[in-house]
Amino acid sequence: MRDFPLIFEQSVSGRRGFGLPDPDVPARPLEELVPQQALRRRPPALPEVSELDVVRHYTRLSHRNFSIDEGFYPLGSCTMKYNPKLHEEVARLPGFARLHPYTPEELAQGALQLLWELGEELRELAGMDAVTFQPAAGAHGELVGLLVIRAYFASRGEKRTRVIVPDSAHGTNPATAAMVGYEVVTVRSDARGNLDLVALEEHLDERTAAVMLTNPNTLGLFEEQVDRIAERVHAAGAQMYLDGANFNAMVGITRPGDQGFDVMHMNLHKTFSTPHGGGGPGAGVVAVKSHLEPFLPVPVVVREGDRYRLDFDRPQSVGRVRAFYGNFANLVRAYAYLRTVGAEGLRAVAEHAVLHANYLRVRLAPYYEIPYDRICKHEFVASGVRQKRRDGVTTRDIAKRLLDYGFHAPTVYFPLIVEEAIMIEPTETESLQTLDAFVDAMVAIDRECQEDPEKVRTAPHTTAVGRLDEVRAARSPDLRWKPA
Amino acid sequence: MRYIPTTPEEREYMLRLIGVRSVEDLFADVPDSVRLRRPLRLRPALSDPEVLRYLGALANRNAHADRLTCFVGAGAYDHFVPPAVWQLVGRGEFLTAYTPYQAEIMQGELQATYEYQTMVCELLGMEVANASMYDGASALGEAAVMARDLTKRDRVVVSRAVHPEYRQVLRTYTEPLGIRVVELPHEAGTTPPGPRELNGRTAAVVVQHPNFFGCLEDVRGWAEAAHGAGALLVVACSDPLAFGLLEPPGALGADIIAAEGQPLGNPLNFGGPYLGIIATRQEFVRRMPGRLVGATVDRHGRRGFVLTLQTREQHIRREKATSNICTNEALNALAAAVYLSLLGPQGVRQVAELCLRKADYLKSRVAELPGFQLPFRAPTFHEFVVRTPRPAEALVRALIREGFLAGLPLGRFYRGMRDCLLVAVTETRTREEMDRFVEALERACRRGRQAVGGRVL
Repeated sequence: MRDFPLIFEQSVSGRRGFGLPDPDVPARPLEELVPQQALRRRPPALPEVSELDVVRHYTRLSHRNFSIDEGFYPLGSCTMKYNPKLHEEVARLPGFARLHPYTPEELAQGALQLLWELGEELRELAGMDAVTFQPAAGAHGELVGLLVIRAYFASRGEKRTRVIVPDSAHGTNPATAAMVGYEVVTVRSDARGNLDLVALEEHLDERTAAVMLTNPNTLGLFEEQVDRIAERVHAAGAQMYLDGANFNAMVGITRPGDQGFDVMHMNLHKTFSTPHGGGGPGAGVVAVKSHLEPFLPVPVVVREGDRYRLDFDRPQSVGRVRAFYGNFANLVRAYAYLRTVGAEGLRAVAEHAVLHANYLRVRLAPYYEIPYDRICKHEFVASGVRQKRRDGVTTRDIAKRLLDYGFHAPTVYFPLIVEEAIMIEPTETESLQTLDAFVDAMVAIDRECQEDPEKVRTAPHTTAVGRLDEVRAARSPDLRWKPA
Repeated sequence: MRYIPTTPEEREYMLRLIGVRSVEDLFADVPDSVRLRRPLRLRPALSDPEVLRYLGALANRNAHADRLTCFVGAGAYDHFVPPAVWQLVGRGEFLTAYTPYQAEIMQGELQATYEYQTMVCELLGMEVANASMYDGASALGEAAVMARDLTKRDRVVVSRAVHPEYRQVLRTYTEPLGIRVVELPHEAGTTPPGPRELNGRTAAVVVQHPNFFGCLEDVRGWAEAAHGAGALLVVACSDPLAFGLLEPPGALGADIIAAEGQPLGNPLNFGGPYLGIIATRQEFVRRMPGRLVGATVDRHGRRGFVLTLQTREQHIRREKATSNICTNEALNALAAAVYLSLLGPQGVRQVAELCLRKADYLKSRVAELPGFQLPFRAPTFHEFVVRTPRPAEALVRALIREGFLAGLPLGRFYRGMRDCLLVAVTETRTREEMDRFVEALERACRRGRQAVGGRVL
């Protein structure tokens, strides 16, 4: 079979896909405008294709992509819920999409009001006192959170050098701590899948700046002792950071601010349904308690009477982490979502996300090992160890075989503390019939593991390409097409 | 409930199967002390038409670029975006996909990213580009950290003609790591290369090209100066379309390029989402932040694409990763790929040339107006600084009444530049708009003179 062509391989010299105007100003020689040596010598080898070529190429590529719009996407920790079409339409209104970031504030009142109102809603959901919209993603929010904590301690003349993370944490937590110059201390989880309180206390001291927790944690389990953890952390003078990736499990049920967290980020592209776009853009709003507010990045949206403005005059601010104000279009989508769903709806979101996850957990338990088999929150972690020992089939094989059944695979090999981990998050927007179809596929694959393991080991069989050689890709990197 | 398909009967069935009596039992592990025992205090939920009406009304209160003729740029540009771009990018298959972790069913996203990486390399004259960063400013912050890691040195020298917000971000990213940032003054709008501030501790020199004032910098000269001191040259850029016409930084000796990709097919969006571009030399690829897509083969020998060199990244390397970045701006990178495919080599040159010629026309016309001056002599691309006879803030306000967003008053970023306006012209502006703009500027200054008895305010 022929390789699927690159856009460059369809290029024909002289072909065009645009309709630009002719110059309507006097045609002075270019050399009078810029020095000859500043001009480009060799044109870029971009494809020369017609508009129809481009439309067909990217439409065909889209057919080689799996999406929520196409099917079930139980990717744990990623909250792949339905992304409402209404919110796309709202985000594309010219009043938002065509608004220049340096439009004077008095002419951008609608945008600023939207941010203010969104901030009010998110503060209430989080049980926090202030927000910043600047972070472009969850990890960017973590960066802001730790910078804020660092500035807070600096303002008190305290030099704290360590950040504690559980062994079940997302990789972004330790990576962020390192970016802010902190030493990372990893603490183990206990037999119930919670953070080990005794181990935590061993490490907590006057060097500790923050403890970064995910709640529910990456095993999908609520940190049952979160109030006691917060007590100990605060007694040691440290701050509580919440990685809000799993906020979907608790909106309206319990608030991070009430759990004792001082700062958190929320992934609007998870809990608040903004589309993930094949890897981004996201939006990682950070919410803090009042003692951390002076340190938030500039600018902050403020209301004065019925006017809204951007406040840049914040002498204790950590500065900026990006240009302008945040991933605004995603903030519009998230606000549209909040207004559509409302208070009761959000609570129902958490309840159904948890209901659906527990349903899948119980239905899959006869076939797959569930290392922490108790009531879970919005997701749970299964394991492929049984299939690996019994049939010599790995979790990776099972994940690839699921693709043949028309499902995206769960998150695999994470969290790192579960062998052959299969992390499943169904979300509240999937129907019982979809959940049952997924169970049927998982059960069928378990049977295949026993009856025809080779079929599973060599999966996928029905996809655009077969299993890809990742080792080769890393060993001799080919990161761009080169003209012949 | 909106977007929850589960019926009450189905809910009861699931609860029974789980072996609990109520949904409340599913939350028994949440300590009572942290439970929220009251309804959330949120604004009331709206029906779908009400959401559209309410947010539509908010959108209507904004003076967007179809209402005011836009002469402001400064890091966000009103280029023409062919409708094909977002009709393709907005397809649910791209829009509602996650990061391409399961490569076999994500060849669309992965191949498009590989094509994007190639196009960015071609446009910037560089060897390798990643799958995207958050925006140009944060890409610059990451580039500085990368330079520190590559050189094992701890100082970054940055031109004051780099976008002020980019410089703020640069400080935020470098300060916690003990990297010292030294600013170089601009002289008449550019930063003349000189080894004065460079020494054995300099990890990188950062210049923007074309710079914040729209002026062209001597990138080649800076490359020589930086390399002479054993440092790297980092070039920032807020509109890569300049390199449809200008020699790209990669060909002029830049080691790392941190650019804003918004101008490549992405909407203004009140500042985001935009597209962070980072590109570098092949030899530095293992210190690069962010995702990379590489070509490989499947088990039948067919070409395919995967995320690769992931041992640089946080999910593998944790605290030793090159960056904490995970989610990036994939959809905006896809838009850039579609945009650059539509334009091709002739298109990017034509857009750049139109921008340059139109900006030059407006620059000459404004310079002829009484009381207006061009403070900088250096050649410019599509943006220029003009000294105005009234404070620039007041002039911008006056021009709003005439239907123009006149530019960015520079007083907010530079002391002593309260009477300076940064004006941008893209291919979407017409001669007729520019002529009316010039007349409006003249009127606004005449009125300003009359208003205060002949004194220019």
